[in-house]
Amino acid sequence: MSKRTLRGKVAVAGVGETPYYRHGKAPVSEFKLALQAILAACEDAGIDPRRIDGFASYSNDRNDPSRLAAALGLPALRFSNMNWGGGGGGGSAATGNAVAAVACGMANCVVVFRALAQGQFQRFGAAPPGGTATGEAALNAPYGVMSPAQRYAMRAMRFLHENRIEPSAQRAIALASYHHAQANPRAVMHGRPLTAEAYDSSRWIVEPWRLFDCCQENDGAAALIVVPAEEARDFRQPPAYLLGSAQGSEYRNGARGHNAPLYATSSFTTVAPQLYDMAGVKPADVDVVQSYENFTGGVLMSLVEHGFFKAEQANEFLTPENLTAPAGKLPLNTSGGNLAECYMHGLELQVEAVRQLRGQSTAQVPDAEVSMVISGPMVTPVSSMILGTEAVL
Amino acid sequence: MSYLPSGLPIPVPENDGLDKPYWDAARKGELLVQRCKGCGTFQWGPEWICHKCLSFDMDWHKVSGKGRIYSWERPWHPVHPALKGYGPYIVVLVELLDAGNVRMLGNLLGDPQQGVRIGAGVQAVFEPHDNEKPPFTLVQWKLA
Repeated sequence: MSKRTLRGKVAVAGVGETPYYRHGKAPVSEFKLALQAILAACEDAGIDPRRIDGFASYSNDRNDPSRLAAALGLPALRFSNMNWGGGGGGGSAATGNAVAAVACGMANCVVVFRALAQGQFQRFGAAPPGGTATGEAALNAPYGVMSPAQRYAMRAMRFLHENRIEPSAQRAIALASYHHAQANPRAVMHGRPLTAEAYDSSRWIVEPWRLFDCCQENDGAAALIVVPAEEARDFRQPPAYLLGSAQGSEYRNGARGHNAPLYATSSFTTVAPQLYDMAGVKPADVDVVQSYENFTGGVLMSLVEHGFFKAEQANEFLTPENLTAPAGKLPLNTSGGNLAECYMHGLELQVEAVRQLRGQSTAQVPDAEVSMVISGPMVTPVSSMILGTEAVL
Repeated sequence: MSYLPSGLPIPVPENDGLDKPYWDAARKGELLVQRCKGCGTFQWGPEWICHKCLSFDMDWHKVSGKGRIYSWERPWHPVHPALKGYGPYIVVLVELLDAGNVRMLGNLLGDPQQGVRIGAGVQAVFEPHDNEKPPFTLVQWKLA
């Protein structure tokens, strides 16, 4: 029996984004943002939107596929998929799910999308007032542990402690994102460079994380269109083929009350080996990485768990020089990412991974052929994926 | 006097009653964790099944409250209206030494700007919130 795989069977044919805004600043409704991003992706691919026959998203996106299909006048809706889990951990999984649906013939042209207008709804970074807390929340909220930063700082603190990692390692990740955003006119932090001194003197959000270790909160939307590989050359842009996709987390990661046996993890210790196995590549083959920054410590652990360096090498590997395009050893978050381009819940990272393979990034890595996306570290489930050009199929 | 100001979410047992014995015992100054009657495995947070042997026969076991700091954080930025103008404060994740090293979360009492050492010994203490509706008691931690 041949090995079951998604490798090379499906490609990203189009990507689309709205303008990116500070949270609460979107001039239109969240649903309209979703539609705008989807239509932009259709335009990029050069297709009539009525060719779409499926939708995939994550993190309980509020803009449901049936309303989208009706609004867009789709002749038939064939695939509707929501990946479980809060946070951005489901980002690459949503694309993996869409790819799987196309690969097995359930659908032929699936949109992966995420839309957020946090000003129109509850912000992620602020807790609603008063009330009661039950279950997992009852073990956290009464102690002042409510926001994602507060929820995950202790995972990173333990990892930094176990591996004697210096503050400069987290700082390099923030500096790389801000550096790349300065070349990207779409980035919310374009024109607002960050220096090491400004990072070091920024206020604590929750130790071990300062202001610039934490993602922005933004309004906007992004979308990708996936199609069968055999049709992928018929579109306006060069295709970005999916080489591998993996999602999940390790043994009892979701044990309540911070009782995951392996606590100091970004949740990728079992996921990353699956990813490389399907993609048929090694860490050294990866040309450029987009790694979801909820917090810099999560990126640090993600890169370790995806095999780019060992935890004990983090202090020497994580320097701004190594992480910046075009010449760094591991160009990271080349659009500015969640920290400095836009917190589009990590879907903007997938758009950037595609741009790198097309040669269209504002911080282009020369001849990028293998492009990785890592989604939502420390939550569960998490996911990651590898895209490649036709040359690496 | 509680460590954090009042107005934070009030913990109440789950609708299905899973964690009610823990919250009831804390009101009486006792610290309970789950323990499997079948295989003796300690478990926290509460769950309906033993993750080790898959028995549904879970029991509640009183522990001494001796612990060791496994990780910690110091929040500065207030994310809840009750914490505006307050802070910083310290949250610790504690391994319970006589309960299979299951972990519990709480605040580390004392100076909120003190240095915190992973591995330091701590002891559970009970912090009643008698005037809240409904009243509850939090398990907190002090250096041993």
